[in-house]
Amino acid sequence: MSDVVKVISITEEAYDTKTFEFQWDEKASPGQFIMVWVPGMEEIPMSLSKTNRIKSITVKKIGKDTERLHGLGLGDSIRIRGPYGNGFDLKKNKNMLIIGGGVGTAAVIPVIKETGADTIIGARTDKDVIMDDVAGQYAKNLWIATDDGSRGFHGNVVQLMREKIQEKRYDTVLACGPEIMQYYLYKACVELGTDCQLSLERHMKCGAGVCGCCVMDEMRVCRDGPVFTKEQISRMKDFGTSKRDEAGRIIKIR
Amino acid sequence: MLETSVGKLRLERPGMVASGIMDETGQSMIRMLSSGAGAVVTKSIGSRPNPGHPNPTFTELKGGYINAMGLPNPGIELFGEEMAVAVKSGNIIGSIYGSSPEEFSTLAGKMEEYGAAAVELNLSCPHAKGYGIELGTDPAIVKAVVSAVKSSVSIPVWTKLTPNTHLIKNLASAVQEAGGDAVVAINTVKAMVISPQFGKPILSNKFGGLSGPAIRSIGVRAVFDIRTAVDIPIVGVGGISDWKDAAQYMMAGASAFQIGSAIGTKGIEVFENINRDLERFMKDYGYGSISDMVGVAHE
Repeated sequence: MSDVVKVISITEEAYDTKTFEFQWDEKASPGQFIMVWVPGMEEIPMSLSKTNRIKSITVKKIGKDTERLHGLGLGDSIRIRGPYGNGFDLKKNKNMLIIGGGVGTAAVIPVIKETGADTIIGARTDKDVIMDDVAGQYAKNLWIATDDGSRGFHGNVVQLMREKIQEKRYDTVLACGPEIMQYYLYKACVELGTDCQLSLERHMKCGAGVCGCCVMDEMRVCRDGPVFTKEQISRMKDFGTSKRDEAGRIIKIR
Repeated sequence: MLETSVGKLRLERPGMVASGIMDETGQSMIRMLSSGAGAVVTKSIGSRPNPGHPNPTFTELKGGYINAMGLPNPGIELFGEEMAVAVKSGNIIGSIYGSSPEEFSTLAGKMEEYGAAAVELNLSCPHAKGYGIELGTDPAIVKAVVSAVKSSVSIPVWTKLTPNTHLIKNLASAVQEAGGDAVVAINTVKAMVISPQFGKPILSNKFGGLSGPAIRSIGVRAVFDIRTAVDIPIVGVGGISDWKDAAQYMMAGASAFQIGSAIGTKGIEVFENINRDLERFMKDYGYGSISDMVGVAHE
């Protein structure tokens, strides 16, 4: 359940993003996450970007905790616990479209590897695109979208997704990325009648379904999610509209 | 068959959600009520919003969990909105923490106004400076707090006690002398966990509270002892995850019980499972009601 592992490889994915590999025998499925800690930082949840015996986390430097992780070198120790939550359900549908937005791309890499399904990766600019090399090795088709048009489709992943769904009639979309992206992605799926599974995020403390601080409506992101079905999301008033801070206060996000 | 009461408060089912578990928002409390719990005790609420301690605040260990959440809560004013959502669906017990009798009284008054079925005074949290255990191990302070709250509200006043003392019977007697309506025992056991690889405590607060199966026998003993000291009802809590654990607490003297950690280890189905299995046991062994079981281990 909890372990201290050593970093066995570090890959620079972009100017602000690194992948840290470690060996951990615990069984994990695509979409599950772990809680990560080293002394000098707050423990944070991270999706697994590799889910076999060799596992990895992909860390974008966004604050002091992720900066602390970026300071790790080969052979350094990390305390991890988990894996937690429900990952993506890969049995239900055959014709899938996988979408990763920003650092959320890391969480869908194991899904691409397992299914080989068509994939869209989105980012703000060309230099923010991550893991397109590994995605390209496994995905049947890979499309890139950038907000500024510096690479691939000029626009966001939801616009590109609409085009692709109309062209190829996917049964379901599997996605991870910023909530605002997933909010519009969900609305597009409702409109187009396409199923979806989305990996969501909230401030977490226990990670194990106990404390209840990561709830969206009555659903615990850590235990009932982090991957939710379209039907579950349809009943969440908090999705795309509000989140809670460490004290449990409501903060509007849109 | 599973109905019970804690003093004036009647419960259709004897299991409640313990404070701190799935009880920070109105909707999560409703979900727990519909999962087979007879009542939900809220997260402990203070006068002002509190982010709690920084992570790591929690980890699994052999036999249970250790946590030092540090009483995170949105504060009593904002919590009114969560209560308004939850109280329509069933019994909500308002857990509160303060640093003085006056602060407890004010918070209890708010909880009564919000529609709480009872208040539970947190005089036992082992990981928040200036609160909980720091007041709750002194019988004189316990008596002063309970008296003050009793004189300011008309809903039942329960007091949750700490096992981190050799005076638990004296603490329970202080509650009874002050007119308290029930004793809840036990809160978590003060504990710590060190990472050998890092040579450092894992919790940011260094110390935390141990919960889960590891503390069940400590709780059962505490309830048994308290039963010999007071006549007011007892609510048993600490490491309950199946019907046998629950039955032990009631046979030691508890009229009802609370579940915390097992909601994590067994899932929210733990209430339905215990309700079903307890009823089966009671029929098999000739207990017609929960009250028939309460305290039988003393006879």
